Amino acid sequence: MNYNWNWGILITEPYMGWIFSGLGWTLLVAISAWVIAFTLGSVIGIMRTLDQPILRAIGATYVEIFRNIPLLVQMFLWYFIFPELLPEEAGLWVKRGIPMPEFWTAVICLGTYTASRVAEQVRAGINAISQGQRQAARAIGLSPAQVYRYVLLPISYRTIIPPMTSEFLGIFKNSSLALTIGVLELTAQTRQIEEYTFQGFEAFTAATILYIIVTFIVMFFMARVEKKVSIPGVTSIGAK
Amino acid sequence: MLENFDFQVVIDAIPFLWEGLKLTFLLTFLAIAGGLILGVLLALARLSHIKPLSFLAASYVNFFRSMPLILVIFWFYFLVPYIVGRPVGGFYSVLVAFTLFEAAYYCEIMRAGIQSVRKGQAQAGQALGLTYKQNMQYVVLPQAFRNMTPILLTQAVILFQDTSLVYVVGLHDFLVNAEIIASRDNRLIELFSTVAVVYFVLCLSFSLSIRTLQRKFSV
Amino acid sequence: MIEMKNVSKWYGDFHVLNNCSTVVEKGEVVVVCGPSGSGKSTLIKCVNGLEPFQEGTVTFDGISVGESKTNLTKLRSRIGMVFQNFELFPHISVIKNIRLAQEKVLGRSEEEAKKRGMELLERVGLAEQALKYPGQLSGGQQQRVAIARGLAMDPDAMLFDEPTSALDPEMINEVLDVMVELAQEGMTMMVVTHEMGFAKKVANRVIFMDEGRIEEDCSKDAFFGDTRGERAQLFLSKILNH
Ligand SMILES: Nc1ncnc2c1ncn2[C@@H]1O[C@H](COP(=O)(O)OP(=O)(O)OP(=O)(O)O)[C@@H](O)[C@H]1O
Ligand SMILES: [Mg+2]
Repeated sequence: MNYNWNWGILITEPYMGWIFSGLGWTLLVAISAWVIAFTLGSVIGIMRTLDQPILRAIGATYVEIFRNIPLLVQMFLWYFIFPELLPEEAGLWVKRGIPMPEFWTAVICLGTYTASRVAEQVRAGINAISQGQRQAARAIGLSPAQVYRYVLLPISYRTIIPPMTSEFLGIFKNSSLALTIGVLELTAQTRQIEEYTFQGFEAFTAATILYIIVTFIVMFFMARVEKKVSIPGVTSIGAK
Repeated sequence: MLENFDFQVVIDAIPFLWEGLKLTFLLTFLAIAGGLILGVLLALARLSHIKPLSFLAASYVNFFRSMPLILVIFWFYFLVPYIVGRPVGGFYSVLVAFTLFEAAYYCEIMRAGIQSVRKGQAQAGQALGLTYKQNMQYVVLPQAFRNMTPILLTQAVILFQDTSLVYVVGLHDFLVNAEIIASRDNRLIELFSTVAVVYFVLCLSFSLSIRTLQRKFSV
Repeated sequence: MIEMKNVSKWYGDFHVLNNCSTVVEKGEVVVVCGPSGSGKSTLIKCVNGLEPFQEGTVTFDGISVGESKTNLTKLRSRIGMVFQNFELFPHISVIKNIRLAQEKVLGRSEEEAKKRGMELLERVGLAEQALKYPGQLSGGQQQRVAIARGLAMDPDAMLFDEPTSALDPEMINEVLDVMVELAQEGMTMMVVTHEMGFAKKVANRVIFMDEGRIEEDCSKDAFFGDTRGERAQLFLSKILNH
């Protein structure tokens, strides 16, 4: 079989516009979802290191549920099932009332899923700090909350920068799953160009390059952040 | 609300769902096998002292790790028929995509496993006069495999979940078959919750057995 | 037996070994001491080529270590080495640790290797532990196994890199006793250690290193007498009075 390459397609409107609007949506979904993932994940990760068995159990249950169901299935649960389980009015509002329901569904789905992964990193970071440090912090009279605020969290968040960077890149790549519920992000746009023009490979190439560029920018930026906040003489946990 | 649910639909659909689940298992299994073989080769190349070889392997890994799996599936879904020169069916194209994609992750896991063996161990092997190959074979790799087995197994669970992405090219896996029934009978809730529960039970029990195994190993 | 001539080594700009020369005769016991970071480990790892160096020559029994045509693995099988952190292989039993190189490097049969291994375990007082895994032994026991592992190769010389510094005080002597016995049997030994009791008892010579240089290289009596230099004096007074 022969393929007629036509790179010109990439700089032809509307296709060029599609690609950049796709990239915009990808970034918007990823960053919004990351806000949820980071805050919720931190709360759950911290819960799993506390002394209260109930909080630990809640945290563990959350992580197991979100980690053991495929992300795509979660996407469908949020999109098709979740509105049905709400009281009628709320369900209708979720389906029709809010603007861009697909976008918000994707954001919540990716955010809550990645939160379970972030929680595991936060927990690992806190647990990596020696018992001696906790005891020393208590010994100088800090309250349990202060122990976290002034000792455990400042140390652990610095050490988990590399795995957290991978988690962010994970959310960035996973945002492509939003295409299954109709968000026209980058991958969806390339697929659309394929359908309109049959010049799929050019579009895929463009998307591939854009994904690689963003990945590089994020890694470069995070490496600088890591260096900036690093504590002399303390190394970080390696990225997976 | 629950009285409106009709799980009879699910029961009737079991044979069809099972067909889908079998494809999910088959794809997972073949992709693990292919990914492991290619992954070992990549890891060896990546750690080799031949600079161009390790550079190539590193580029391969970074390339696949910066791409979304869905995009990789699209690529190979369209590319493989062109390379082979005739239509090969979605399954084989997707299998190629999963194998090449997983290999990048397996490579990284194995590289980390090998590097997790302390430098002193390799030095002790060298000091005894073991050759590079013997040192790898008897000292470094056995320890590395022990360290990375749980991570490789966890990656298998992730792959098992990721195979659901064949949805985007319409292969009849577990999820797609469930969706077919769901839209035919308009029973989304029953079928999607069944899919979620089945995946959850399978993945959780596998993850729990990995942890048990890990505890046994680490004694 | 071991001869180092003007050996220099850099890590980037950092001069780890600075023009080091010394000779260890057959049957001699040489103790190497000096402050942390002075290059002691690096120096003795140059003897069996575990650390490459940029300048100078090291020869063992007339064979040049640094040359690319030298069969390093063969040479290393003739030099036993004991590490600070034992470095027993954690995934195989004690006896298999001792058998491994005998079989794979010297080509001994399994029975032969086992027999030699058990003799040596007997000698270091650990015959009953043969089937245990390294992680199930105390530090002192692990280090004695490591010595047995080195001796099983019937080496011409033994290198020790701070063999007792990772041990609890009560375990130090059980390891030193094995080493003293070995020295008295006439084994050629190069030992990095701060155990001055050991040095006084069996060393022929003492090398004192500081900042990558060999500052003193003299007989034991000279070193513990009062002919030594100022830095060595200071170092000795620190470790003897702590
Ligand atoms: N891979 C390396 N890269 C850069 N510098 C190194 C490296 N390995 C060792 N060094 C430096 O070389 C110097 C000598 O190291 P060496 O381990 O030989 O010291 P040492 O005398 O054995 O010290 P110690 O008593 O702590 O074991 C140290 O200052 C160390 O920081
Ligand atoms: Mg040292």
